[in-house]
Order: sequence, then structure tokens, then C-alpha cells
Amino acid sequence: MPKIVIDGREYEVPAGITIFQACELAGIEIPHFCYHPRLNIAGNCRMCLVEVEKSPKPVASCAMPVADGMVVHTDTPLVHRARRGVLEFLLINHPLDCPICDQGGECDLQDLTLFYGPDHSRYRENKRTVADKYLGPLISTHMTRCIHCTRCIRFLTEVAGVEELGAVHRGEHMEITNYIEAALRSELQGNVIDLCPVGALNSKPFEYRARPWELRKTESIDVMDAVGSNIRVDSRGNEVMRILPRLHEDVNEEWISDRSRFAYDGLRYRRLDVPMVRRGGRLEEASWRDALRAIRERVAGLSGERIAFIVGDLACAESMLMVRELAQRLGCPNVDCRQDGARLSARHRVEYLFNTTIAGIERADLCLLVGTNPRWEAPLINARLRKRWRMGGFRVARVGAAFDLTYPVEDLGDSPEVLAAIADGSHPFAAALARAERPMLVLGMGALARPDGAAILALAHRIGERYPLLREGWNGYNVLHTAAARVGGLDLGLVPEEGGRDVAGILDGVEKGEIEVVYLLGADEIDVSRLERAFVIYQGTHGDRGAPVADVVLPGAAYTEKNATWVNTEGRVQRGRLAVFPPGEAREDWKILRALSEVLGCPVPLDDLAAVRRRMAEVAPTFAHEDTIQPAAWARFGEAGPLSPQPLRSPVEDFYLVNPICRASKTMQRCSAEILNGQMPEERRLAVEVHIV
Amino acid sequence: MLRDRDRIFTNLYGEQPWHLEAARRRGDWDGTRDLILLGRERIVQEIKDSGLRGRGGAGFPTGLKWSFMPKQSDGGPVYLLVNADESEPGTCKDREILRNEPHKLIEGIVLAGAAMGATHCYVYVRGEFVREAQILEAAVREAYEAGLVGRNACGSGYDIEIVVHRGAGAYICGEETGLIESLEGKKGQPRLKPPFPAAVGLYGRPTTVNNVETIAVVPTILRRGASWFASLGRPRNTGTKIFCISGHVNHPCTVEEEMGIPLRELIERHAGGVRGGWDNLLAVIPGGSSVPLIPKSVCDTVRMDFDSLVEVKSGLGTAGVIVMDRSTDIVRAIGRLSRFYMHESCGQCTPCREGTGWLWRMMERLALGDAEPEEIDLLYEVSKQIEGHTICALGDAAAWPVQGLIRHFRPELERRIEERRRRVATRAAETVA
Repeated sequence: MPKIVIDGREYEVPAGITIFQACELAGIEIPHFCYHPRLNIAGNCRMCLVEVEKSPKPVASCAMPVADGMVVHTDTPLVHRARRGVLEFLLINHPLDCPICDQGGECDLQDLTLFYGPDHSRYRENKRTVADKYLGPLISTHMTRCIHCTRCIRFLTEVAGVEELGAVHRGEHMEITNYIEAALRSELQGNVIDLCPVGALNSKPFEYRARPWELRKTESIDVMDAVGSNIRVDSRGNEVMRILPRLHEDVNEEWISDRSRFAYDGLRYRRLDVPMVRRGGRLEEASWRDALRAIRERVAGLSGERIAFIVGDLACAESMLMVRELAQRLGCPNVDCRQDGARLSARHRVEYLFNTTIAGIERADLCLLVGTNPRWEAPLINARLRKRWRMGGFRVARVGAAFDLTYPVEDLGDSPEVLAAIADGSHPFAAALARAERPMLVLGMGALARPDGAAILALAHRIGERYPLLREGWNGYNVLHTAAARVGGLDLGLVPEEGGRDVAGILDGVEKGEIEVVYLLGADEIDVSRLERAFVIYQGTHGDRGAPVADVVLPGAAYTEKNATWVNTEGRVQRGRLAVFPPGEAREDWKILRALSEVLGCPVPLDDLAAVRRRMAEVAPTFAHEDTIQPAAWARFGEAGPLSPQPLRSPVEDFYLVNPICRASKTMQRCSAEILNGQMPEERRLAVEVHIV
Repeated sequence: MLRDRDRIFTNLYGEQPWHLEAARRRGDWDGTRDLILLGRERIVQEIKDSGLRGRGGAGFPTGLKWSFMPKQSDGGPVYLLVNADESEPGTCKDREILRNEPHKLIEGIVLAGAAMGATHCYVYVRGEFVREAQILEAAVREAYEAGLVGRNACGSGYDIEIVVHRGAGAYICGEETGLIESLEGKKGQPRLKPPFPAAVGLYGRPTTVNNVETIAVVPTILRRGASWFASLGRPRNTGTKIFCISGHVNHPCTVEEEMGIPLRELIERHAGGVRGGWDNLLAVIPGGSSVPLIPKSVCDTVRMDFDSLVEVKSGLGTAGVIVMDRSTDIVRAIGRLSRFYMHESCGQCTPCREGTGWLWRMMERLALGDAEPEEIDLLYEVSKQIEGHTICALGDAAAWPVQGLIRHFRPELERRIEERRRRVATRAAETVA
């Protein structure tokens, strides 16, 4: 370990780190713009210059490795002059339009100028202006403010794997551009807004809406996919103004996907905010009392077997626990949290978890993707896979439909037979799998949510047994979920009991008249047209697919509107927090179910959140351990059977429109139209035409 | 004055053909095989002993630079890059070598390559040098056909491949690491050092970048011995050097001379003297546009070598001597250089990207006297804020000419400001009247 002296004190620091990192360890802050710990070093802003003895010039600390005996000064007149000089240079062509700039209040240039910068301008010449660039529906640009740190370029190229931003021209004419000015095609592009140290790249939906100091910041959990990204919900009054990532090294690092970041405007539109009861064929507003009574009238005296519960993809664990409790009290065996019909049982945790863990991906050396498109199903897991690939020595193969995952993938075919061949060792890929040190198998819902899902699960089990997927400290068997609620639901055992019906069975039962009442807890991804003959109760947030066919609508709370628990695909229990209150008459979901149980005469004796959570931990002990991974023991699962010739494909057909919140979001609709379907928005088309003329 | 028998570039003016046969008659490719067989250590030691310093501008000891290359091959490629992207204003020495002495360069590549264990050599030729690139390509072809380069070069058992690559016209691609980036097909932006190219260079492999002139003198040094080369010039500033004399002289020329020749002698003997006589001299930029100018009083006595010019706060640079007589508008002349650096800055790092434009704009105003007297200090400070704070040396190169101007011609700047102020005041008074 080299010893270095920083500002007169000696430190022993790990070899190979930079002076910048050494200063960080020593608790000395070095101002910087271009440096970012998760991106390659560019060393171009020159803000982090420090003085190193025996070096004739000041040294860029972000790029200079420490050496034994180095003597570093960070607080000398030379260093201060250098910093002031750099800031002066950055400011001469910076517009100083802070009062109308969206970055105001959270701007690195503002902050550092305050501490290190000059107090007045000596620049008498004209300032440079730069034409703004069109980057699509998510990012607005003010390129005159750009300080050319190239963080955005490096993020898209390195982390997102999309080489769509670059720099053209040289000297003071250098510009950051996407060359052809069409929408960026990355599902992680929103992160460049956070990375941009100035107001050059802003959030288009958020722009000019609020100032950062007006916002109340609530730490919460994202539900747009099963990753469980840690987010911060910024709200003003009772409105969510924006969503930002929160650091969690083991889950989302410091990124979030565009769905997580921009779908929040969907929380404003198409909301269910009063209870409704169908009268004379029309849904009419009603009081909670009337709505719950309407349910009692229909359910009273009904055998539990004629009732069914279907739980949707965004449900929190608290509401799912209440469903479980209520169903038990009603004697109802027909409970299912697998809207898509995934053939996963709730018997063993290992069967349905992403056992390798997201951070564990970085230790893998081979990955076989089966029926999944991680780029759209879980962009941050895909980013991890890409990160692992960039480290080198990582082979990725796929059984399923081809898709650009931003790193090279060997396509083995899209038939389940390929998996069977790997399982019995006859496939050429089997040799590589057998040789791997820490291989991963990732089963997507595209492989499990199909009639032969159990057979594919059995093949995966055989692969797990046959190849070194399981070692001391390593479990390479993974299920990649698409629904935030799913693992929590399985943990709570929300699958049909012996003799109960699953989703397909429930829909069949409705058509045959064997199921009379269907309770949808935010379930919108099923074929609701088959529910016609049943009395449907829809509890949820949006007037999406379930509510229009319902006989009683109970308005619930969205993920930003309740204190609630979700379990991510790794099995990590995380708590979201209430940022704003549910709109109108809408209530927290577990309370609605609690009230209903009372009205139905079978009260669930859980009266506050603490009691609900205690009960959750009784049902599934993992709920007692927040934000930790409980390794699951290997077990038998799956059911050998015939394979269908149907090709394996990802269930996510449109990245931007996967759930009721996204579908209600104008931003997400715009993204879907423009980024995925190539429809240029009207105002953009006019702008381009004028330009051509 | 350099004696003819000590001249290295005997065909600098193209009086004889450039091709292989003529080059051989001039002594090139004579016993190259034996020189290669001296082995790495001997060649490097010989170059170290000769005191050869890089001819591209920075003057780094060449033998030392070569010795940074890994001694043991790991089986992968090792690159020698020859920097023929000669773009320094006032400099046209590499061009003459490419035109008239390409075989000296190619032989030098083989020997230098052998000294550092290079497997491949790229010659990065400035895009504007169309004819020169054609000649070099033809000369390389000749050398391949004669078995002098390629596999088993000169029958010595050493393999080296030479590729001539043409740039697209950017000054910054002549910077060591900018050149590497450009060769890799990227935007020509200098890299951060460390890691140095000898460890991580072209395509991440060990690489040495040398100037054309540096490489082209190697065969002669090895043939005639380090002591011969070291006997020319003064200690630490040995050998011969090609000087390019341009500007207000009677016969602008490129000439090979001994290091340390007095500037006055160089100009008067080879360039026919300053236009209008020595006393008509105003200032000289002695080493290409990047170095600070020196006024006549310094020119009277200064010697043309690295250390002497550093002593007078200038530099030998590429030895492109730009002579300016008293008819020169010195402020506009230096302002023109500022514009050049603004235009050629790659834009990567802050001080150079933003500062070079600021310098130029202030210089434009100062040329007209349209400034406050304090702005002379501001100009100096801005140039100091650029100097030493950038990734590559272009920032320094932009700063130095301006600093030289202020150092030696501050009264001229003040006079212009004062004059303009008086003019404006008079005009205002006239208008009122």
C-alpha cells in the first residue's frame, strides 16, 4: 500500500487508485465536473487540478494514479488560482441564465463557482451560442449551457451501450450532438439528465414546472419492473413532480430506467378517485358504504369456491396479505398473483428468485438467457450484464427471440427444444456451460408464462443439477420477473390452494358459470372480456382494462401514495413511502380490504400497518428482513412434460406501456410512438420541414 | 558553420532523385544489416551517447524515450509511429525529408524499430502533403521490393511492416497522443498521460512516437558513431539540425546547420540577411509559431539550440525561424497566431477550448488599441491560466507567443491604446464643436 502525503498528513492508500480517490478517502473534497466514479476518466474539465511536488505543472487528480511517496497539496495558491481560472473559462461562454435555468439550485457550476470561482466577469467579448439539439420526448437541451464534460456521451456509450451521442467540431465550436437529431433510443437515457452538471440536458416533462427547493423529497421504491429500483419521489403539494434515482449499489447503482423516471405523469390521468357501483349497466359514483354494501349483497351466502381473487402486477405486499387473509376467511381457494399464467409454484423460494442477485452478476462468467429480453424487462439488470461484459471474459447466450441487448449474445435458437438439448448435454453449448466457473441461467416470463412452462422449469432444474450452477456461495439459477408484485405474492403464497383455480381456471370458471364473483386487485393484464358473466370487483388506481368491466370499483392508492412493501426479483424486501396522498376518495389498499372484511362479516384482525407487517413476517419470515438477501436453499421444482413448438419470446412488447400507470402517462405514450414506432410528433415534423425548405 | 562532410541530409534540395538507387549512391542503406545486428541495447546506447534530442519540438532525449519500451516481447504488436504531420507554422523540414530523402527516413524506421522491438510502423503524413505522401509510398514500395523492410528486413532476421497513413488536416493530430487517437479512427483528441504511450499506446499496445527528422538522422549517427554526432554543437545540444528560415529575409530557405549556430549567422549566411539589413530587424520567432518571440536585442547574440533559447525565455521548438522586420505589425502578427491556435484547439479540455478564443479576441482589439490598459495584464493572466493547465501542450503553445509579445512589446501595446484613446477623444471634441 503506497503512502502519500496530502496537505501535510500521511495516508496509506490502496495501490492503483487515483489522487482524487485518495483525497476522497482522506475526506478532502476536490471540485470536479467531468469526473464520475461510474464512467471512464476523461480528465477534460481540469477543475480537479492539484499540486504534486516534483511535478512542474498542476496535475489532474482524477486521472493521476497515486505513487509511493507522492506529496500532494490541494490547498495552495497555485491550486486555487487553477480552479478559479477553470471556472472563469467555463463561465465566459456560459449564459448565466440561472434564474430561468432548470438546473438552478442543483447545479454543480453554480455551487463550485460560489466556493471557488471569480466574483465578477472580466470577459468583454461576445458570448458563444449553440443551437439546441433534438433528443426526443424525454430530454430537452440548452446547448449554450453545455460545459463539454462529456459525461452524457460516456454514459450512453459505456453504461447504456447506445452510441448515439458524440462531439463534433473542435475548439470552441465543439458541440455535443446526436448527429441526426432523432429521439435517442436508450431506455436509460434519462440518467444523462442527472449526470449533466449544468442545465444543458434537462427533463422535458419536468422542465419549468418547479424549483428543486420547493419539492418535498420522499425516499421510495419503484414498481415499474421487478428490479425494485430505489427512487426519490419529489412532490409539491399533492402532486408528484419528478422521480429521481437513489443510490443502492446492489440494486440500481445510481441509475433508473426511463419508465421508472418518467411514467409519473400517469399518476395524474385516468385515476379512479371515487368508489363506483354499476347500476342499470352504468358505473355510477357511490359512497364507500354503498360500494362495500353492494359487494356484501352479492357475496353474502356465496360458497368460497364461487369466488376468485386475481392480484395485479403493482400490488404491494400489505394488500396481498389482506387478500390472502380475506380469501381464507371466505373459504376461497381461487387466489392467483400470476396474471400472466407463469408456471411458478410458491413451494420453494429458490424456484422463483433471481438467486444470483443483481450485484452477483458481476461475478458470473457465463450467462444463458431463456425467453427473456432483459433490456426491456429489467433495464438495470441488462445494464449490469453489460457492465459485466465490459469487464471482459463474459459469454452470453440466448434461447429466445433475437434482440439487441447492447452486448454480443450468441443466439442458440428460439425453440424450447434447444433448452432440452442443453439439459441432456447434446447441445454444443453444453460444453461451455460445463466448463464455466460461475454460470448463470436466467429464465424469463417468456419461458414460464406458457402452457409448457412447468416443463421448461423442469429443464432448468435439470440444467441446475447437471452443470455447475450451484456451488459454495454461488447460485446461478435465476428467474427474471416482470412484475413488481410477483415475488411478494409468491412469498405470501398467493397461488391457488389444492383444488383451487389459477387465472386460466378462474376465467374458464367464469365462462362456465362456476365462478360468480371475481375480485381484481389492480389486475389489468388479463383478458377481461371473459369476465362478462361474473360480478367483478375492481380495486385499483386507473380506469384501464379492469375497471370498465367491473360492477364495483374501489379506488386504491398508487405506489407513491402509500407506505408499502415490495419484494424485488432477487427476493429483497423494500419499503416504499408515502409521498403524496391518494386522490379524492381513494384509500390505501390494505385498509380497503380490511374494511371489506368487516362489511362481509369476517373481519381480519389487523388494525394498523405494524400489525399487517407482523402478520406478513409470520406468513413469510423473509418479510422481517428489510433490504437483505435471504439465500434460498436448492429444491426440486418443475414438472417434466411435453414441450410446445412455440418459439420463446419476451412478454414485453412495448417497453413504455407495460402497466396501467404507464398506459395513462402521456410521456410514455409519446415515447412509445416516437422511439419504438418512429412517429415523429407534429411540431417536430413541422420544424424539420421548415428547416429543409 | 557546418562542414559539408558533416551534413546528414545531402539531398535536402532535391538536386538528385529521391529513389532507392540514388539514395544508395548517397550512402543510405549501406550496411544496414550490420547496424540492425548491433542489437537493441547497443543501438539505444549509441543514440543515448550521441545526445540526440527529439526534433519535433519538445526536445526529449531520443535514446531515453526508446528505452521506455518494454524489453521483453509478449508476442503482441509493438508500434513505432513516425509523426509526419508537420503543421507548425514556419516549419517545413519534414516535408523536405519526405520529398527528397525518404530513404533516410525508411532506413531510420528499420533501425529505430529494431532498437525498440517494433513490429509495425505507421507514418502519419499530414493530409496536405499529397505529393510527399506519394513519394514516401513509392519509396516504401521500393524498399519492400528490395527486401530492406518487411519480413527479414535487410536479411537481418528482423521483421517490420511499414504503413503510410494520411491525416485529414488537423494540427492537433501532430500531438503524440492525438496522433494515436486519429490513427485509431477517432476524433483527434490528445489522451491523458499517464499511461504513457510506451506502456499503453496505439490500440493499447506499447508505442513510441518520433518526429521524421529524429528518425531520419538515426542511420547516419549509427554509421558515423555517437561521438561524431556528439562532437557537433554543445553538450546537451548536439548534432545538426534543419532550420527553416522564413519571413522578412532575402532568401527564405531550409538548411541543415550545426546546433548552436548564432541566430545572426544563420540568417545572414543562409537566408541572405534580413530584408533591409540587420538593423531593420524587429523580432524573431525562433522555433515555430509555438515559442515566444525574441526581440532584436536578443537576436544579436543568441545561439540556436535548446538550452540557449530557453535561457532567453523562448525555445528551439521545431527550429522554424520566422523573421519579422520593422514593417511588421507585431500585434497583428501574434494575433494571427492566436487565431491559429483557437482554430486548431481540439476542444476537449476547458482552458484551451475557452481560453484560446478569448486570447484571440483580445488580441484583435489590442491590435486596434480598442482596449483598456489593464487588459494587457488580463491578457497575460488569461494566458497564464491556460499554460500548464491543459491535457496537451497546445494550451502552452497558444499562451507563449502572447506572453512573448507582452514581455517584449508592452510599450507598443500601450502606445496603441493611448493613440486610439486620443483619436477617439479628438473626434468627440470635433463632433461637439
